[in-house]
Amino acid sequence: MSVELAKIDSKQIAVNNAAVRCQKLTKEFRAGETIVRALRGVDVEIAYGEMTLLVGPSGCGKTTLISIIAGLLDPTDGEVEVLGENRRELTGTRLVKFRQKNIGFVFQQYNLLPALDVVENVSIPLIIGGVSQSDAKMRAAEVLKKVSLEDKINARVSQLSGGQQQRVAIARALVHDPRLMVCDEPTAALDAASGHNIMELLREVSIDQDRVVIVVTHDNRVFDFGDRVIEMADGVVENVTTNQRSRNNGGSNTKVKQT
Amino acid sequence: MRWLAWRMLTGDRTKYLGIVFGVAFGSLLIAQQASIFVGLMRRTSHIILDVTEPDIWVLDKYGQNVDEIQPMSENRLYQVRGVAGVDWAVKMYKGLVRVKQRDGDFRQAILIGIDDSTMIGAPQKMIQGSISDLSRPDAIIIDLAGYSLMYPGEEIQLGRTMEINDRRAVIVGICEVSAPFQTFPVAFTKYSHATQYAPRERNVMSFVLVKAEAGINQQELCEKIEEQTGLQAIRSDDFFWFNINYYIENTGIPVNFGITVMLGFIVGAAIAGQTFYLFTIENLKQFGTLKAMGVTNIRLLRMILLQALIVGTIGYSIGIAMACAFFEITGASGQADLRGMYVPWQVMLITAGAVGLIVLVASLLSIHKVLVLEPAVVFK
Ligand SMILES: Nc1ncnc2c1ncn2[C@@H]1O[C@H](COP(=O)(O)OP(=O)(O)O)[C@@H](O)[C@H]1O
Ligand SMILES: [Mg+2]
Repeated sequence: MSVELAKIDSKQIAVNNAAVRCQKLTKEFRAGETIVRALRGVDVEIAYGEMTLLVGPSGCGKTTLISIIAGLLDPTDGEVEVLGENRRELTGTRLVKFRQKNIGFVFQQYNLLPALDVVENVSIPLIIGGVSQSDAKMRAAEVLKKVSLEDKINARVSQLSGGQQQRVAIARALVHDPRLMVCDEPTAALDAASGHNIMELLREVSIDQDRVVIVVTHDNRVFDFGDRVIEMADGVVENVTTNQRSRNNGGSNTKVKQT
Repeated sequence: MRWLAWRMLTGDRTKYLGIVFGVAFGSLLIAQQASIFVGLMRRTSHIILDVTEPDIWVLDKYGQNVDEIQPMSENRLYQVRGVAGVDWAVKMYKGLVRVKQRDGDFRQAILIGIDDSTMIGAPQKMIQGSISDLSRPDAIIIDLAGYSLMYPGEEIQLGRTMEINDRRAVIVGICEVSAPFQTFPVAFTKYSHATQYAPRERNVMSFVLVKAEAGINQQELCEKIEEQTGLQAIRSDDFFWFNINYYIENTGIPVNFGITVMLGFIVGAAIAGQTFYLFTIENLKQFGTLKAMGVTNIRLLRMILLQALIVGTIGYSIGIAMACAFFEITGASGQADLRGMYVPWQVMLITAGAVGLIVLVASLLSIHKVLVLEPAVVFK
């Protein structure tokens, strides 16, 4: 792939079309007597319609940040607005329903259910949302075509390669058409070529005007795939970079985003 | 989501069978140990269980249990008969005697002397010979298990002789009785014979067996007998517990064996609980992923409880079946130590309750980790 990139360094946080806004966000963990300050005042905005990479060394707070954004952790202090909702007001069953409706997850270890076949795995988010099993499977099969796994529909998860499993996971994350997609180290368990393919596929199938895609990674081989790269260090945002993507990048599978 | 719970549970055949087997083995241990305990405790009352005719057992004031009796003088029988509300009353002898076999072997045996005329207290189940043969001179009836003890591996043969406290005795019949607490042979004879076999003592009457008149309150009759005779009068049902309580209060046997049973119980519980707990813990990431994707805690709880119910029911059924088969097989093989033991329905109920509780606690302990899920569980 030959993507021409013009990097624009900026400390500017505001984006035009923010889906996620964090202000002075902090998160502390209590580990016995000591308090771990995982986030020490994060100010960041993340836009619809593009892929944002969240990068930084291990332990700098990336997973903690997306866990808060995705409603798996509550912030200690600060403001978080996600998809127009104040994160503090989302609690209990409302929060669970919010996740179910709006969020697609992709994990480093894929987290597929080994007891189910491929199409059943992909249909789970729909079934959780109350769609009948047969309808859910039909729609899951459609999405599996998009990730080129239509011939593996009834395969066992354990029969697939790592890259294929991650494609199943991407299909699962997208099947219910969520507005926020959260991927934690999606390429970390894959070799370079598979990781590359997964990032290409992610761009191709997930970027949408009405969707935010956040990819956590410390894999610098894939940094170029982001429209915007947020660098974190030691619990704060250090730097935000915009990748200006050229229109003629030689591949049709890379969407172009003007910033 | 029930299908999902089922598929997660059975997805890995080997693991699933492992869990079911764990619960089954736990159930087997609990049911088997508890049944042996119950069986052993029942043996403390073996005579009472076999003798069903009387409503009330009368014994000396100082008698503490069915095996330790102060003999009474025979005119006590007439005093008891004189109490209003007594339909009939007969005497019974029970004591330990020394038996010398033809080959010179000595052994202890339980001798029971039954009322000459009414034969009340005679064995209910004859295998060979008949009770009326007891009228022949020196006649005794021996229980089958006792016969096998005295003549191991030999065919039943009536007419064999032996000496009881140096007096001749002839086997005229073989019967079946509830196993006694000590695995001694049980010999039946007429009361009048028994007094000859018994060690020379002034008094020989062990019990007076009483039938209450129809419509008489047995408890009140007991009190009346005690009042008028100064003896102990105990209803048959209470006598059963009277014996067991004596063993519990005065010997280490129930406590020691109770500890063994408790250990079996704990080991069984640990196996059953552990396997199911580990299963849920192993699936923690899957449950966590489902939770992240928007499955509520209530639904997760229902899924795990359903899995617990399935595993518990199947495992319990297999375990109880194995326990029953165990007693069937040992019974059929003539194993004397476990003779007459079975899994009482109360034990089945207790085992079901215990296994249900164990699996429930195990699943709640493990689900706790899902309910307070850390994102770290899914993001790893
Ligand atoms: N549940 C927790 N309890 C205590 N400390 C935690 C917990 N989760 C994360 N941390 C700590 O917070 C910091 C940030 O962790 P994390 O967000 O996972 O980093 P990253 O994803 O960037 O590697 C680390 O120091 C980590 O040890
Ligand atoms: Mg991380």
